[in-house]
Amino acid sequence: MTLKQTPLNAAHRAMGAKMVDFGGWDMPLHYGSQLEEHQQVRTDAGMFDVSHMRGVDMRGEGVRDFLRYLLANNVDKLQSPGKALYSCLLNPEGGVIDDLIVYFMSESWFRIVVNAGTADNDIAWMKEQAAIHAPKLEITSRADLAMIAIQGPNAASKLWQAMPGLQELAENLKPFNAVEMGTMFVARTGYTGEDGFEIMLPAKAAPFFWQALADAGVKPIGLGARDTLRLEAGMNLYGHDMDASISPLEAGLAWTVDLKSERDFIGKAALLAKPPARKLAGLVLQDRGVLRDHQVVKSSHGDGEITSGSFSPTLNKSIALARIPAAVQIGDMVQVSIRDKLLNAKVVKYPFVRNGKGLI
Amino acid sequence: MSNPGSLKYTASHEWVKTEADGSITVGITQHAQELLGDMVFVESPEVGRKLKAKEECAVVESVKAAADIYAPVAGVVTATNAELDNAPENINSDPYAAWIFKMKPDNAADLAGLMDATAYQAHVDSEAH
Repeated sequence: MTLKQTPLNAAHRAMGAKMVDFGGWDMPLHYGSQLEEHQQVRTDAGMFDVSHMRGVDMRGEGVRDFLRYLLANNVDKLQSPGKALYSCLLNPEGGVIDDLIVYFMSESWFRIVVNAGTADNDIAWMKEQAAIHAPKLEITSRADLAMIAIQGPNAASKLWQAMPGLQELAENLKPFNAVEMGTMFVARTGYTGEDGFEIMLPAKAAPFFWQALADAGVKPIGLGARDTLRLEAGMNLYGHDMDASISPLEAGLAWTVDLKSERDFIGKAALLAKPPARKLAGLVLQDRGVLRDHQVVKSSHGDGEITSGSFSPTLNKSIALARIPAAVQIGDMVQVSIRDKLLNAKVVKYPFVRNGKGLI
Repeated sequence: MSNPGSLKYTASHEWVKTEADGSITVGITQHAQELLGDMVFVESPEVGRKLKAKEECAVVESVKAAADIYAPVAGVVTATNAELDNAPENINSDPYAAWIFKMKPDNAADLAGLMDATAYQAHVDSEAH
């Protein structure tokens, strides 16, 4: 099978990227050292090609009403244009089809950004539901757009340096807000726990923009560091921390599910019918070793499983997200089965790192 | 960095140095450290452990993944490199100096079954295709 390429494929290769097959996409894993790239984002500014992710535009009258029903979070929280909301897309059984960000641009236009691997399935589901509940809505996949994230404490200043024209409109953008500027869609969002932007732009313009950022001293960051950055920031990864068989209430995402309002939404009845027995918690390994996905967690209340485990470059310790029995408390010690040993790990509140600083 | 001609190699990407006293020193190759990326943890075998040829006996973990290290030949572990406890990144910076363990082979003749640098390079090239 031929791997799919983003508009920046040649740029990655020219910058010395080690390319890997990432869910059918030919993507950069790192450009030399994953650890250095991680530090670059925590202390300065880095850029990520996230063009494999998919924009979806929903246009037409009644789009807000449709999203009130389609999404687990409540789009009524979005009242000023440009405001963004993180939400799960649930199936009727209350499992997570995908997690996404929805941007309110106008009462007749919401933009959604979904994960790469789930995009086609998501859009099919959205269209199926729209056919029943909002047949006049126009749902458009925006595979024509590239997406570049610029993240780090110096992301803003280096972005202005690369694209002086963006500064006037974008510098007052609050976190989780977006603004459209000509052909560019600029959002103050990210997946690292640092300040920064995610910018959607026409595919043809992406290599030029990428080079302008590089010239301003923004270093390219691969998927390896993207994963350790998001794990330190305590952000879920679809397919690891949750999937279509997992309730958002057992994936640390209760804060994104609006069960209080009268509003009905897909999956609500299933969530109300089944109180969560497990929860997502942070782990910090106390012994020497590295926590990894799928390792078994032993507690006095029963077993659990690591859903995302790695080494935290900022804390210089191994950390993980794990789904464990709901009765396990913050501060408890649990054991993780690694090869033939049981190693001690402490249950902690996450995120582990925010704005460059360890919180553990 | 090329693979030193003075060393022997395994198909599982360990290098093996034969010492004057007949013991061997084992590490992982340049190719292996490149594949794994930034090293963050090394689990060494217990000194005194008896190993069969090709038995899993140590683990190196990078940020990305864990990889098993195999005994190149049968024998007994005689030493481990404590420096790697605090500086696993030495494997990245100088894989042919950052040894992982030493062992006394049961049978010195077994070492003849290992690859030389040329054969190992051919093996690496064949895996790349």
